[in-house]
Amino acid sequence: MITPNSDLILSVNNLHASVDGVEILKGLNLEVRAGEIHAIMGLNGSGKSTFSKVLAGHPDYQVTDGEVRFKGEDILEMAPHDRATAGIFLAFQYPLEIPGVSNRDFLRVAYNAHRKARSQEELDVFDFDDLVEEKLGVVKMEATFLDRSVNEGFSGGEKKRNEILQMALLEPTLAILDETDSGLDIDALKTVAQGVNQLTGPDNAVILITHYQRLLNYIVPDYVHVMANGQIITTGDQTLAQELEARGYEGLLQQHQLEVTA
Amino acid sequence: MSASVQSLVSQPYKYGFTTDIEADVIPRGLSEEVVRLISAKKNEPEFMLQFRLKAYRRWLTMAEPVWPNVTYPPIDYQSIIYYSAPKVQPQKLGSLEEVDPTLLETFEKLGIPLTEQKRLANVAVDAIFDSVSIATTYKEKLAESGVIFCPISEAVQEHPELVEKYLGSVVPIGDNYFAALNSAVFSDGSFVYIPKDTQCPMDLSTYFRINNGESGQFERTLIVAESGSSVTYLEGCTAPMYDSNQLHAAVVELVALDHATINYSTVQNWFAGDENGKGGIYNFVTKRGLCAGDHAKISWTQVETGSAITWKYPSCVLVGNHSVGEFYSVALTNNYQQADTGTKMVHVGKHTRSTIISKGISAAHSKNSYRGLVKMGPKAEGARNYSQCDSMLIGDRSSANTFPYIQVQNSTAQVEHEASTSKIGEDQLFYFAQRGISPEDAVSMIISGFCRDVFNKLPMEFAAEADKLLALKLENTVG
Repeated sequence: MITPNSDLILSVNNLHASVDGVEILKGLNLEVRAGEIHAIMGLNGSGKSTFSKVLAGHPDYQVTDGEVRFKGEDILEMAPHDRATAGIFLAFQYPLEIPGVSNRDFLRVAYNAHRKARSQEELDVFDFDDLVEEKLGVVKMEATFLDRSVNEGFSGGEKKRNEILQMALLEPTLAILDETDSGLDIDALKTVAQGVNQLTGPDNAVILITHYQRLLNYIVPDYVHVMANGQIITTGDQTLAQELEARGYEGLLQQHQLEVTA
Repeated sequence: MSASVQSLVSQPYKYGFTTDIEADVIPRGLSEEVVRLISAKKNEPEFMLQFRLKAYRRWLTMAEPVWPNVTYPPIDYQSIIYYSAPKVQPQKLGSLEEVDPTLLETFEKLGIPLTEQKRLANVAVDAIFDSVSIATTYKEKLAESGVIFCPISEAVQEHPELVEKYLGSVVPIGDNYFAALNSAVFSDGSFVYIPKDTQCPMDLSTYFRINNGESGQFERTLIVAESGSSVTYLEGCTAPMYDSNQLHAAVVELVALDHATINYSTVQNWFAGDENGKGGIYNFVTKRGLCAGDHAKISWTQVETGSAITWKYPSCVLVGNHSVGEFYSVALTNNYQQADTGTKMVHVGKHTRSTIISKGISAAHSKNSYRGLVKMGPKAEGARNYSQCDSMLIGDRSSANTFPYIQVQNSTAQVEHEASTSKIGEDQLFYFAQRGISPEDAVSMIISGFCRDVFNKLPMEFAAEADKLLALKLENTVG
């Protein structure tokens, strides 16, 4: 929801980033305010996923220029786990499997790391169990999920729901969903979308990274950005996504390149 | 990174201190005279002197094994001191008042208080400092149940018939190079005898401390469990940090008769050398258990974290029908440590069973090898073995190897072997970090998960200790 004068959560200014010396982000600009849902669309290789990893601080990506401020603070020097506890959450496109570590322990340690960062007392095992079982409802997961190793042997849909469960638990200020819709059947997509909708409010913001307009039928964005060649080339509202779906990226890109060269 | 995690992981090896104490040291080097001297210092009966001399002569004809997957400069056996004992010793072992307070302090600093007021509840401890046993707690209480728990040097005096009967019965003097050396020069160690149908009323523990920088430690442990008896035994060890390498060549022999059970756990934390591979203990140990009777059971659990070089294969010889052998191991190597460790399960009797669970973790430049033998003899009808060997690599400069040997000589035996290798990679740590979990906490969660099957087998206090120890040992391996 766009509310004038709401707090600026994320401000990205002329961001350049490389991996293995190859520049992927080439001057990206974006502002996200509290209460807003942004969708970032674009073809493979346009830099969408790189952008999400740079925000979260993945060590493989080097920021070579520009600035990223989160709630007014420069985060580029912050360690990834400090960015997380500050309120940046990334739902992974391919959530990793962690054999031997139970989902329940993983969630509890993550949750308590967030509480610690806010100088709150950590929850003990029993209080945490009560909390997590309540949150399971958000993504319609069974309690038995908690006793399996993190993502080990989970189906694609289960992994994505587990990401949303983590988001429900950690209550981030900024949630970045990297292709959360990929590989989901329609029922799972609806569950995930309902979960995300329940978790968005006036004080937080969401960035949805997606190829397709499909997810946007269930989570309605306030802004739609199109990325190409490491930049946001155009911004609109939901109609832009529908236009893209109908006409494809090619037309848009051609039009854009014409504008650039003109 | 949280302050507590920081302080935990940047702790240096905290047992690296040296105790300044006057010692009775014999000249360095090994000869028949030295063997006779050690025996004389211990006032040993003739059979012990002959045992030692036979072993020494045998050792002279043998060569160091070259097959382990470890490399180290040649050891000069003539530069080692084979006997070093604190000068002031209680004349009569067991009276703590006479123990040098410096020694009591040393053990207290190591977390092993020995005095009456402070000693660990429910664990009897034999504390060994360089070549001699300093004190054994709860001896009288154990004696009420007929359990003998004392330094092996004392057992030689007090129970020579038991020592003569069992010493060398599981690990013969010529078994291997290091066992022969140990048999010739061993100075002390623990002796345990559990009488028939007796459950040992408390856990027994030996704590080994090497203090002298130039002496080797050659301890000898012998545990005999008579039929129907059971005992749980824990072994701990630490050493000061020296630039040079110290040799530790121990022999442990276990004998379990009909329906007897021995659980033997080790948390090995000798000094491992510094981050450049300088110093550390050379740990060449022979541990073997004999399930002599039917339905006997021997279980080895080890957490190996220290030593510059580890060469160690706690084994079970399953002679009794329906006897059971178990080996649960976590071996962690960091920096330039090298470990070649595993087990041998030799099935002789019918319907014998063995389980091997081995977890190897290698970080930095270290080298970690599992070496195991499962042998099903011609008469081991219906014998079964299950082996699982998992390796985990941290970073990309360490190596893990698995050398499983399987020999089956009868068609009714079943052998199963599973192995896996995994790696703690940057992406896994990033996933934890993105959920607010620091790399140190992430590694320790992954490692505890990886080792859970083994830690579950440790006595409870040991399990928590082991968990903490691994976290400590992995400082600076990530991030």
